[in-house]
Amino acid sequence: MAKHEIRSQLPGMFYRKPSPEEPNYKEIGDTVEVGDVIGLIEVMKTFTPVSVDTAGKIISFEVDDADAIMPGQVLAVIEG
Amino acid sequence: MPINVKTAGFATTIQDLGRPGYYHLGIPMGGAMDRFAMRCANLLVGNDEGAAGLECVFMGPELEITEDVIVAVTGADLPPKIDGEVLESWTAIKVKAGQTLSFDYLRSGARGYIAISGGIDTPPALGSRSTYPIGALGGVDGRAVQAGDVLPIGSDKGTVKADQSIPSNLRREPGAPAELRVMPGLYWHRVTKAAGQKFFDETWKVASEADRMGYRFQGGSPLEFVDREPPFGAGSDPSNITDACYPYGSIQVPGGTEPIILHRDAVSGGGYFMLGTVISADMDLIGQLQPNVEIKFVKVNMHTALSARQERAAMLENVRQALA
Repeated sequence: MAKHEIRSQLPGMFYRKPSPEEPNYKEIGDTVEVGDVIGLIEVMKTFTPVSVDTAGKIISFEVDDADAIMPGQVLAVIEG
Repeated sequence: MPINVKTAGFATTIQDLGRPGYYHLGIPMGGAMDRFAMRCANLLVGNDEGAAGLECVFMGPELEITEDVIVAVTGADLPPKIDGEVLESWTAIKVKAGQTLSFDYLRSGARGYIAISGGIDTPPALGSRSTYPIGALGGVDGRAVQAGDVLPIGSDKGTVKADQSIPSNLRREPGAPAELRVMPGLYWHRVTKAAGQKFFDETWKVASEADRMGYRFQGGSPLEFVDREPPFGAGSDPSNITDACYPYGSIQVPGGTEPIILHRDAVSGGGYFMLGTVISADMDLIGQLQPNVEIKFVKVNMHTALSARQERAAMLENVRQALA
C-alpha cells in the first residue's frame, strides 16, 4: 500500500465542502476513485475543484477547511 | 503545424503587448500583465517582442508540440517540463515534434509567459491577438484557452541560439514585501493628511479578487475623507466623484476601504475617486503578485517615475544586447 500525496497547483483558499450548508466532499477513511473531488480552491473569484489522480483510501487531510494554501502544498494523503 | 492543448491550466490566455488606442472607447489595452517577461520570452525564441504567446496564472497548461520549435518560459518561477523532465525557465529550450510541454509547481510569482518560435498565429482583433474575454476580442474565439484547442503557430521563425538564457540579474520579480511606487493624483485632496500618510505607512495584502482587470488589496486602515458638498452626480458616498476617466494603474478605493489598482483589462471610466497611479515601471510587478502576499505603496514624484521608466527601458535594452 503506497502513500500518495494530493498537492495543490493553485494558491488560494481550500474548502472541503461545496458550499457552507453542505457536508464535506470526503472524510478520512473514505474510498476515492480517480477523478473524485475532495475540495475546492478559491482564487481570483473562481472556485476550482481538486480531484484525486489515484484511487485508494483517504488517510489524512493536511489542511483545514478555509485554510490559505500555496502551490505544491499537500492537501491530503491517499493510501492505494 | 499547431500546438494541441491537452489541459488548459488556470485562466491561460493568448496575450501579446496589447491593443492601445481604443481605451477612450472603453476597450482596454489588454496584453501581458508582465510585459517585460513577455518581451523576454519572445526574444529568447527569436520572435518579435510583440508576438503572441500564452499567459498562464499560478499553474501551467499541458501542450503537445507537433513540430520542432524553440520554447521559452519567463515571468513567474514556474518550471517547464519537457516529457516530464524539469528544465530551466528564462531559457531557450529546443522541443521536438511529438514532445509535451507541461509545468512543475509554481515556486514564486504568479504569471508565466510561454513563447513559441513563430508565435501563436490566431486572428488579430483591433491589431492584437490579446484575449479580452469580456469583450470577446482576440484569443481563441475571444475567450481563454481550453483543453482541446488547437493553436496555430506562425511560420516566420527567427534565428536563435538554443540554450541561451537571460542572466538572473536581468530578470525581475517582486521583493517581499513588494514595493509599488505611486504618484498621488488629482483627488489626493479628498483624503485627510493622516489617512494619506497611513496609506503609505501601512502594509497591505493582495486580496483573492486580483485579476487582469484589477488587483484588490486589504489589511490597511479605512480612509478618512475631507468633508465636502457632493458635486453634481457624485452621490453621497465620500469615495464617489462625478464620473471621470480611469488611467491604467490608477488606484480607486470604493467606500474608502480596499484599494484596487486597475490593470491591463480595466474599465476606462467611472465614479470612484482615485488616490493616485502606480508608476509604469512597476506595473509588471503587480502581475507577479500572488494572493495574500504583502506589499507597500511608496510615494514618489514625477521625476522618480520618469527615471524609473528610463531604468526599465535600459534593462530591456540590456536583455536585447545579451541575446544579440
